[in-house]
This record gives sequence, structure tokens and C-alpha cells, in this order.
Amino acid sequence: MEMKDVILEYVIEEYLEDEDEVLTFDSPLISGGIVDSFSMVSLKRFLENKYKISIPDDKATPEAFDTVDKIVTLVNEYIK
Amino acid sequence: MAYSDKVRNTYEGTLQGIKDKGVFKQERYIHSSQAADIEVEYPTGAPIQKVINICANNYLGLSSHPDVVQAAHEGLDARGYGMSSVRFICGTQDIHRELENRVTEFLGTEDTILFPSCMDANAGVFEAILTDEDVMISDRLVHASIIDGMRLCAAMHDTFKHSNMKHLEKKLQLHADKRLKVVITDGVFSMDGDTAKLDEMVALCDKYDAMLFVDESHSSGFIGKTGRGTHEKCGVFGKIDIITTTFGKALGGASGGCVSGRKELVEMCRQKARPYLFSNTIAPVVVAGVNKVLDILTKSTERRDKLEKNTEFWRKGLLELGFVLQPGDTPIVPVMLFNAKLSQDFSKDLYDEGIYAIGFFFPVVPNGAARIRTQISAGHDIHHLEKALAAFKKVGDKYGILGLTKQEIIEKYGL
Repeated sequence: MEMKDVILEYVIEEYLEDEDEVLTFDSPLISGGIVDSFSMVSLKRFLENKYKISIPDDKATPEAFDTVDKIVTLVNEYIK
Repeated sequence: MAYSDKVRNTYEGTLQGIKDKGVFKQERYIHSSQAADIEVEYPTGAPIQKVINICANNYLGLSSHPDVVQAAHEGLDARGYGMSSVRFICGTQDIHRELENRVTEFLGTEDTILFPSCMDANAGVFEAILTDEDVMISDRLVHASIIDGMRLCAAMHDTFKHSNMKHLEKKLQLHADKRLKVVITDGVFSMDGDTAKLDEMVALCDKYDAMLFVDESHSSGFIGKTGRGTHEKCGVFGKIDIITTTFGKALGGASGGCVSGRKELVEMCRQKARPYLFSNTIAPVVVAGVNKVLDILTKSTERRDKLEKNTEFWRKGLLELGFVLQPGDTPIVPVMLFNAKLSQDFSKDLYDEGIYAIGFFFPVVPNGAARIRTQISAGHDIHHLEKALAAFKKVGDKYGILGLTKQEIIEKYGL
């Protein structure tokens, strides 16, 4: 499975209460109210564990986490 | 003077924005004591109207109970009006420590520390007991004061889906490497009136070596067979590590709150919790009143038993009329209307019928989940509830929603 599919699947399972809700790679997660700032923590930890990376706190901004596409870009910066 | 027209215009613009969104809050002046029957001036300047109050946190009807008022008078006479000090300088009287000991016994914990409010207790407790090596894992629907408290704390914070124990377990596994873990929940959730699964949470916390924190503000005094709270109802009395609760709801309704729990955690609060260290002690008159409330509640379960019966009567009556309710068995009974404007119109019409109940909508509750939150009290008699049911029927008929499902109401009024 491609990275963006893995992350999208995680986001759906982790954050959506309503199984009928549709999320895409460019759905706004933070600014759209799907992921609140507290809940970003688990997403960051998931990415770090899954891809064996460390994302500095100052790079894990709401903007950088706002869509699955943006998250993929961020993760790729830290994968060696 | 630095308050220029530019500054004033900035705030006026912001306030106008709040009004434009329809979420501007206005106070309603009550010209009587807090009780089932109150006298209200609304809108401001309008003639005072006698109404039945079904939106107070006065669950046990003790806010104006003559024995509590009398005890407060005696406390005022015996210990004065104020202490003019924080607790640790010269603000601790014998009655403050007496109340702490009595709350400890009532809640089944090891020790208790008083705070000016439960908001302050929640704001101060996490920072006092956790560091950046630790993690807080909270239910996604916990009260705003807990969220503020977590924001003030250096520990990592994460959330689990509301009352979803599988999700909580995943989070406990995810954060297994942390030095200390605290699972955080409300006992009874204030907007939906549902109850936390404390028995399952205690088991998970045992399994993963996590502490359990429960805010019992909407539970203390009436949930459980002797009113000790959600932990009594769930069969885990004595097993909660940290309880916060308020004296501003069922326990007399004046003000004040506390952290009650493991003695080391309480001592950490006494040493480090900033709202305890830097704000005034609870006024003696309030302490005397709460001590009397605990007298009343430990002698008899009559009031919480009456509340339970009133709640059953109220829920059954609303369901028979055809309203959609949030499921549950607590005195918080949300009547679901889903549409924000409908909730405001409905509340206004209820008021015209002599019933005081408030409509809640986003952002206080999720978008599309607007409701009238009703709260039942032991201070209500059946005639109050019958009158309120008649008003709900009349207003429900007006809007044609009786007997409709959630989907049908949404189709009729939109979200």
C-alpha cells in the first residue's frame, strides 16, 4: 500500500466517528475540524513509529498536518 | 489614554461578529433564589415572569435548602465573611480541613484539597502532578476546564474516541513508553448526560499501569445508590486515583471545588497547583454550607432517590410525547432538535409557556446536534414536571416534530 493510502486509512480509523463520512487526500483535517490540535499527537506518533522518523515539534504544525497530501510531503522530508 | 477608537473598533467588530454568527450570549436576570420556581426578567427590562426552571445544575434542590442556608448563616457568624488570604499563608480554618476530610470519606479517596472552583481544580491538577515525560489520554468529550488544564501542562496529550474502550486501549499501548500515564474522563458528560464506563476504564488502567482521573461535577451527590458518584454506580468505589468535583452544582450550588484522590497526588497539588497557591481560600460561609450538605446526604438518600424518580418520570413523559432524546439515565436529559435556530425558537416558546430551558448549539455541542438540555432536580415536584411536559407538547406540536425521527426532523428543518 502506498504511503498516502496508509495515512488516509489511519486518519479515517482514528478520527472519523461516522463511517459514512468521506475523506480524500486533500480533505482539510485540522482547518476542517476533523482533527483537533490535541489529537494531532497520535498522528505524529503513528507516523514516527511507522516510518522510523522523528518529526521536530516545530515542524509538526497544523498547516503541515492539514491534508494527507501535505503529511506525505512532510514525512518524505524525514525519511532517510 | 491608550484605548483609542482603533482599539474600540477592533473589539466592536469582534463582538458584532459573534452576534452575526448568532452565538452572542445574554444573561437573564433572576429576581429570586435558585429553585424549581423562579422569577425571571427576560429580556432585560421586560416584566418579571414566574417560570419553572429546568436548566439548573441544582440536581438535589439544595441551593436554597433552609438547613443549608441556616448553616451558612451560622458559619458566617462563627468564622466571618472572608479570610483575605490564600490557604497556605493564613487562609485555612478548622472548617476547611473538616470539609476536606469529609469529602475524602464521601468520595472514598485518601485525601482532598479544596480549590476556589472545579474549573481551578482542573486547571491546576495536571501541571502539579505531571511532567514532559508523561502522557494524558483524554476522552474527546471532556469538559472545557479539563482541556484548559491539559493545555497548561507540559505532558504529552492525546485523546480517545468518546467512551470507546478499544480506542483507549490502543492509546495506552501507543504510549506505553511514557513514565506516567493518566486516563482522563468525565463521570457524567455534561452535554449528553451519558456515563463513563469506569469499570472498564479501571480494568484497562490496571492492565497498562495508568492512573485514572474522573471529573465528577455532574455526578457527586446523586449518581450511585448512595450518591457518591459514577464510581459507586460502576462498582469501582475506592479505585479512582484522582477525582475532581464541584460544590457549585448538586452539593449546595454556591462555589468551590476540589481534587480528591491518592494522598501523594493531593500533596503535590498542595505544593504546586497554581490556582491553589495563588487564589483566595473558599469563603467560610460556603465551607459551612457544604459541610451541612454532606450532613444531609450522609444521613439519607431521600433526595437522590426522589431525583431518580423524577428523572424516570421526565424521560418517560418526553418519549411518550414523541421527542428524540439522548439515551441515558442521568438527570441531564437532552431533547434533540438538531437545527440551531429551531433550538433557539423552541427555547423562546417554552419561556412564553412558563418553562425556563436553554437551547444549545454549535460550538457548545457538535454541529447539527442542537438541543434543549433539560436538567431535572429533586426540587421539582410532579406538578412542575407535568406542567413542563404540557409546554413541551404544545411547542412540539407547533413545530410539528412530535413523533418524528432524527432524520425526519433534519429533513424538515435542516442541520
